[in-house]
Amino acid sequence: MTYITCRDLKLGYDGRVVTEGINFEVNEGDYLCIIGENGAGKSTLMKALMNLNKPISGEIEFSDEINRREIGYLPQNKEFQHDFPASVQEIVISGCLSKCGWRPFYSASEKKTAEDNMRQMDIWELRKKCYRELSGGQQQRVLLARALCATGKLLLLDEPVTGLDYKVTCEFYSLLSELNRSGVSIVMVSHDLEEAMGHANKILQISREQVFFGDKDAYLMSESWKSFHQHHKDHCHKKEQEGVFRYEHC
Amino acid sequence: MSIADTLTLYFSYPFVRYAFVVAIVVSLSASLLGVTLVLKRYSFIGDGLSHVAFGAMAIASVFRMINNNVIVLPLTILAAVLLLRSGKNARIKGDAAIAVFSVGALALGYLIMNVFSTSANVSGDVCSTLFGSTSLLTLDEGEVWFSVVLAVLVIGLFIFMYNRIFAVTFDEDFANATGINADRYNLVIAILIAVIIVMGMNLVGSLLISALVIFPALTAMRLYGDYRGVVVCSAVIAVVCAAVGMLLSILTSTPVGATIVTVNLVVFIVTSLIRRA
Repeated sequence: MTYITCRDLKLGYDGRVVTEGINFEVNEGDYLCIIGENGAGKSTLMKALMNLNKPISGEIEFSDEINRREIGYLPQNKEFQHDFPASVQEIVISGCLSKCGWRPFYSASEKKTAEDNMRQMDIWELRKKCYRELSGGQQQRVLLARALCATGKLLLLDEPVTGLDYKVTCEFYSLLSELNRSGVSIVMVSHDLEEAMGHANKILQISREQVFFGDKDAYLMSESWKSFHQHHKDHCHKKEQEGVFRYEHC
Repeated sequence: MSIADTLTLYFSYPFVRYAFVVAIVVSLSASLLGVTLVLKRYSFIGDGLSHVAFGAMAIASVFRMINNNVIVLPLTILAAVLLLRSGKNARIKGDAAIAVFSVGALALGYLIMNVFSTSANVSGDVCSTLFGSTSLLTLDEGEVWFSVVLAVLVIGLFIFMYNRIFAVTFDEDFANATGINADRYNLVIAILIAVIIVMGMNLVGSLLISALVIFPALTAMRLYGDYRGVVVCSAVIAVVCAAVGMLLSILTSTPVGATIVTVNLVVFIVTSLIRRA
């Protein structure tokens, strides 16, 4: 079943084109990784999928299977608002808001959804805790639980592991795979190539224009992968020498 | 006369009772919105708007309006909407735009009051518009009802939109992605702020109204780690400070607005020190 079909997207800001010629689709059960150099327009594409900015041209079509609001979004692990007073349960249940319509308060079933998701993400014990006092990994699990409150169908993740340490990153990825196996489609922008190749079943590589879209296995045989991978390795190697970046297999 | 006697005497006057009611409802609604304002980094919008309200008040006084709010309220709301838009895509960036608005309105307001003076005591008028002072004790019943109705409206809307305001304040992108129109809520928040500022003008004056918005929220944020806790705590602090401030100003004959703000300030400093220790 197809959820989203993108046809000939041209994306950018203020009329300046960042990337164009984007064609792909997201199906039920997909694990799609969007890869590309910095500034290739990955986050812009993500924002377009979330309806936060309009494509310059082309169309993004949501099938009848999925409502535009049935999207769970996980932002980059940016320094949120480090002094924001919010408890874990307040943040998680805010994912249910789109189901409320004009109703001002959450219903019992939405509270139950929030509880189920907190238990699934193993943060139920932390529910009264303040978000700013949690570790990076715990914070990501809170945001993941919030995203799951908004949808059981499609998660959009924008470099979700930035700033997390190795162990937490691995835990986070296995959590994602588990969700994917249980039927949640995943669209993820990632820097982490090894990981992308490990779990994803589809790859979208973009640059000024679309480089590749298709199954991972086909991508691994393609020229685009070879050159991109080589480039990426050089880049990481350089960074490693500078001592800022450790690149490991999960 | 004992303290109790003094208070009984004062509270036998209707205008003191009115002032008391107004002080509490204005402080309460200011503190509710204050949490959002502080968290959205909009604190200065409140400050800028209060200066705009001062300018509008000057215009109203020149026209000898019977009810100043007919001019002041719409102008302040308009300024709130403009300031909010300017934060996004205007050529002048947010903080600079606020400075332009507030200083401009302050200067124009003072100029208008001087040039087109209709009263014998211009500096007295200016002083009371800026710092509240005596005008509070001359509130009539109509103005009290005006404040109470607006406060009920603000508090009602806040409760109705509580969960959405939280979502939009915490993570605008996520809210937008799940179909909540964040811009619409930002607009409502800005309008509510404008309403609160106009309500507070009579109480503490335009220079001090931001204090009622910001202090209770900041104090509450030091004490609580969850949003609901902060909102409730901020409301309680605001009401208590307003009541204590009123009583103190009656007993010591100090200006009402400045006294309430000082009580807020003291509470803020004390909680900060306690948290440090």
